Amino acid sequence: MEWLIGRLDWSYLPSDPVTIGAAIGMPLVLLFILGAITYFKKWKYLWTEWITTTDAKKIGTMYAIVAIVMLLRGGADALMLRAATAVGGPGGTKLFDADTFQQVFTAHGTIMIFFVAMGLMFALFNWAVPLMIGARDVAFPFLNSMSFWLFFAGMILINTSLIFGGFSNGGWLGYPPLTELQYNPGPGVDYWLWSLQIAGIGSLLSGVNFFATIVKCRAKGMTFMKMPIFVWSVFVTTVLIMISFPMLTASLGLLGLDRLAGMHFFTSDAGGNPMMYINLIWAWGHPEVYILVMPAFGIFSEVVATFSRKRLFGYKTMVWALMAIMFFSFIVWQHHFFTMGAGANVNAFFGIMTMVIAIPTGVKLFNWLFTMYRGRIKFSVPMVWFMCFAVTFTIGGVTGVLLSIPAIDFQVHNTMFLVAHFHNVIIGGVVFGYLAGLVYWFPKIFGFRLHEALGRWAAYCWMVGFMLAFMPLYALGFMGAVRRLDHYDDPAWIPFFVVSAVGVVVIGIGMGLLVLQLAYSIWKRKTLIDKTGDPWNGRTLEWSVPSPAPHYNFAIDPVVSRIDEWWYRKQEGVEAPKDGDYKAIVLPKNSPLGFLIGMAALVLGMALIWHIWWLVVVAFVGIVVLAIIRSMDDFTEHVIPASEVMRMDKEARA
Amino acid sequence: MGVAFVVAALALIGVLLLRGVHFDVLQPAGDIAKQQRNILVFATLLMALVAVPIFIILGIFAWKYREGNDKRKKHDYKPEWHENTKLELLWWGIPMAIIAVLAVTAWLTAHSLDPYKKIESDKKSITVQVVALQWKWLFIYPEYGVATVNQLPVPEKTPINFSLSADAPMSAFWIPSLGSQIYTMNGMSSKLSLIADHTGEFTGYSTNINGKGYADMKFTVRATSDAEFDAWVKKTQSSPNLMNEQQYARIAKPGTMDAASYSLADSNLYATIVNKYMGHGTHTMSDGTVMKDSDMPAGDEHKQHDMEGM
Repeated sequence: MEWLIGRLDWSYLPSDPVTIGAAIGMPLVLLFILGAITYFKKWKYLWTEWITTTDAKKIGTMYAIVAIVMLLRGGADALMLRAATAVGGPGGTKLFDADTFQQVFTAHGTIMIFFVAMGLMFALFNWAVPLMIGARDVAFPFLNSMSFWLFFAGMILINTSLIFGGFSNGGWLGYPPLTELQYNPGPGVDYWLWSLQIAGIGSLLSGVNFFATIVKCRAKGMTFMKMPIFVWSVFVTTVLIMISFPMLTASLGLLGLDRLAGMHFFTSDAGGNPMMYINLIWAWGHPEVYILVMPAFGIFSEVVATFSRKRLFGYKTMVWALMAIMFFSFIVWQHHFFTMGAGANVNAFFGIMTMVIAIPTGVKLFNWLFTMYRGRIKFSVPMVWFMCFAVTFTIGGVTGVLLSIPAIDFQVHNTMFLVAHFHNVIIGGVVFGYLAGLVYWFPKIFGFRLHEALGRWAAYCWMVGFMLAFMPLYALGFMGAVRRLDHYDDPAWIPFFVVSAVGVVVIGIGMGLLVLQLAYSIWKRKTLIDKTGDPWNGRTLEWSVPSPAPHYNFAIDPVVSRIDEWWYRKQEGVEAPKDGDYKAIVLPKNSPLGFLIGMAALVLGMALIWHIWWLVVVAFVGIVVLAIIRSMDDFTEHVIPASEVMRMDKEARA
Repeated sequence: MGVAFVVAALALIGVLLLRGVHFDVLQPAGDIAKQQRNILVFATLLMALVAVPIFIILGIFAWKYREGNDKRKKHDYKPEWHENTKLELLWWGIPMAIIAVLAVTAWLTAHSLDPYKKIESDKKSITVQVVALQWKWLFIYPEYGVATVNQLPVPEKTPINFSLSADAPMSAFWIPSLGSQIYTMNGMSSKLSLIADHTGEFTGYSTNINGKGYADMKFTVRATSDAEFDAWVKKTQSSPNLMNEQQYARIAKPGTMDAASYSLADSNLYATIVNKYMGHGTHTMSDGTVMKDSDMPAGDEHKQHDMEGM
C-alpha cells in the first residue's frame, strides 16, 4: 500500500479538542459554501467570471477575499495565543499543550505574513496599478491568474494541515535543526515548506509581472518621475521581490532536499550547518518586510495628498527615500541574529546599515506631515488610518532602531520586546496601510463606498486594541519575558499578559466591525453608490474612469503630461470624449489553465508531503503539459470593436 | 476635573500593574547588563528628539488644517505648495545627525560589549561550560570538577567565562539580570563573559524554541559570596552523583528536569559533546538509522568550529 498512499495514515487525524473542532468546522463551512453555490446555480458564473478570469481587478478581489478570510483565521490564532498566556501564569491553567501552542504561533506568523499581508498587497497591486498608470491590464494577464492560483493552492495546503497531519511547530521561519527530520519527522514541517514554496513561486511571478507592467504599460507621457508614488512604491517592491524571493525558494528547496532526500545542508551532523539556512532565509526575510511595508508607504502618500487636498510634499525626496530603503534593505539581514556570535565588526556593520534606514523613513513621515500643512484635511476613513499609522509606526521605528544597536539587541532579542516591535511596524505600518488602501480603492472596484462611521470605529478599535495588546509586551520584554512561552512562573507578569489579551479582543472587535462594515455597505450599496467615479476628489488616473471601473479600464487610452494629471485636468475642465476618439480594444481572453496549474501544484504539494511518489510525477508532468498547452495557444486575446467600446463607455458614464 | 480623573485612574492602574514587578533588563545586577541598559536609555532619549516633534506636529497639523475649521482664512490653503529645499534639508539633516551619534555608539559598544570579550577584573575569573539540552541546561565547572543542571551557582564580582554549545535544536542562553544572550548550537562553541555585581538569585532562560519543553527550560543563577561558593563546590565535589558519559546520556534524553548537581567524573565531557557533531560519534540518518563513526568518512574534524571572526 505504501507505494499507493505514501505515509498517509489515520493516526494523523487530530486528537485534541481544539483542532478536532477546527477539523470538523472547516470542511463543514467549505461544504456549506459549495452547497450554496450549487443551490443558487452559480457554478457557471463562478467559472466564467472569476476562476478563469484574467482581469486584474477581479484577480485582485480574489486575493482580497482569501486574505481577509485568512486574517480572521490568523486573528483567531492570536486570540488563542494571548488567551493561553493570560491564564498561563503561576496557579493558572493550561488551555492547550505546548506542542499545540507552538503550532498555533507558527500558524499565526506564517498565515499572517504569507497569506494575509502578501494577499492584501497583491490585491491592491491588482486593483490599483493598471488603473493608476493608464493601462488596460497587467503585462502578463495569464501569468497573473496563474500566480493567484498558486497562492491559492499554498493557502489550501497550509490549512489542510490543520485537519490532517498537524501544523509545523518550528516557528514561521522554520529554523533548522528543529525543522530537520532528526527533531521533526512528521508532516507539519512538510506542509509548511511546500505551501510556502508554491505560494512563494506565485509571489515571485507576480513580482515579475508588475515590474514588467510598470516598465512597459504606462500611459503615453507618464515618465517615471510622473508616476503616482504608490506606483513607485510598487516598482521598488517588485525589484525587491525579484531579487529576494529566489532566495526563499532556494532555502526552502535545500531544506526540502534535507527532508526528502536525506541530504545534509542544514542538519547538525555530517557537515550540515543550520547557520547557512538562517542567513539565507533572512536574506529573503528582511527584504520581505520592506516588500510589505513600502506599498503601505505608497498608499499613505496617495491618501494624505488626496484627503489634504494638496499635492504631495517632496515627490522627488519620496522617490529617493524609496530607492534608499530598497538598497539598504538588502544589507541588514544579519541583524536578525546578532546573538549568533558573529564578530563585533560584522554586528556593528549590520547594525549601522539597519539604523541608516530610519533616515529615509523618518524623512517620509515629515513629508507626509508637511503635505497636511496648509491643506484642507478631510478625515475620511483612509485618513483616520493614516493618523493611527503615523503614531504606531513612529513608535515601531524607535524600537526598531533600539534593536539595531547590537549591544541593546543582546538584551531584548527574542523577547516580548521584539514581538511588540515587529507587530508595531507590521500592524501599525503594513496592516493599517492596506486597510486604508482597501477603503480607498473599494469604490473604484465595486461602484459604491464603504460605510464611513463603521470604518472609523473599526480603526479606533484597532488602534486602541493595538496599544493594549502590544505596549504591555514591551514592558514584559524588559522583565525578561521570552517570546513563545505558553506558561511562566512570575506572578507579576500576569496582569500584563491579561491586558494584552484584552487588547487582542479589542482588535477582534475591530475585525468584526470591518466585516460588518463590508456586509452593511453591500446591503446599503444604493445609498453609498459612487456615481461620479471620483468619490474622494482624487488626483490620479484611476479616478478619471467610471466606478466600478469597466473591465477594459480605459475606453480611450489616457495621455499624461504631469504628476496628478487628473487633479489638474479637473481644474481645466474635463471634456466628454468625441465619437471619433474611440478605438478598438484588445483584451486577454479568459483561460482555465491558470486555475488548473494551481490545482496541479496543490496535488504536487500534497504528494510531496505524504511521499506519494507516483503522484508527484503525475502532478509535475501535468503542470508541464498544461504550460505547454498554454504556450501553444496563439489566440489568447479578443477584440472589442470601437463602436462597442463607445456604446459601453456612454452607458457607464450616463 | 476630567483630566485629573483620567490621570488618577491611570496612576492607579499603573500602581496595580507594577506591584511586585522586577524589570530584569532595566534594573540589572551585572556590569554588562548595566552598560546595556544605559545605552538603551541614551538611545531612547536621543530618538525622542525626533519622535516627540512628529507627534506634536501631527496633532497640531491635523487640528489646525482640518476641513471646516472656521477660524482659517481662505488664503491659508495652499494646494500647490509641495517643495521647500530648506525644510527638506532640515529633516534629512536632523535624523542623519542622530543616526550618526547612534552609529558611533553602536560601533563602539558592539566592540566593548562583544560577548566574546573577557571581562577585566582583579579577581580570577571562573570558567563554565554550558550545554543546552532538550529541555534543560547542563553547566560544567571544569576548574572545580563539578557540574549542575538548571542551576548556576557563581561567586559575586567574579568574571564568568562561558563556553556554550548544544546537544539539541538551536537554543539560546540568557540571564537578563546579567546581560547578553547568545545562541547555543550543536557542534559549535560560542563564548560569553558575564559578571554579577552583587549576590542574589536571577532567572535564566532559553530564548529560542527547541521543542515542546521550551517554556520550562529555565535555570536559577545564584550569585553568592566567595566563601559560600567555595563551600558549595567542596560539598558538590564529594557528591555521590557522578557526571560521566552514562549520566550524560541519561539527562540528554528529551524531557524537563529539576535542578541537580554532580561531581564531574569526565573532565572531557564538553569537548566530547561538541565533537559529537563533528564527524565522530553517531549520526542519525534521514531514515532513522544510526551510523557509527567507523562508517563515516574520516577527516580532520577534530577541530571545534569556532565562531570567532566569522
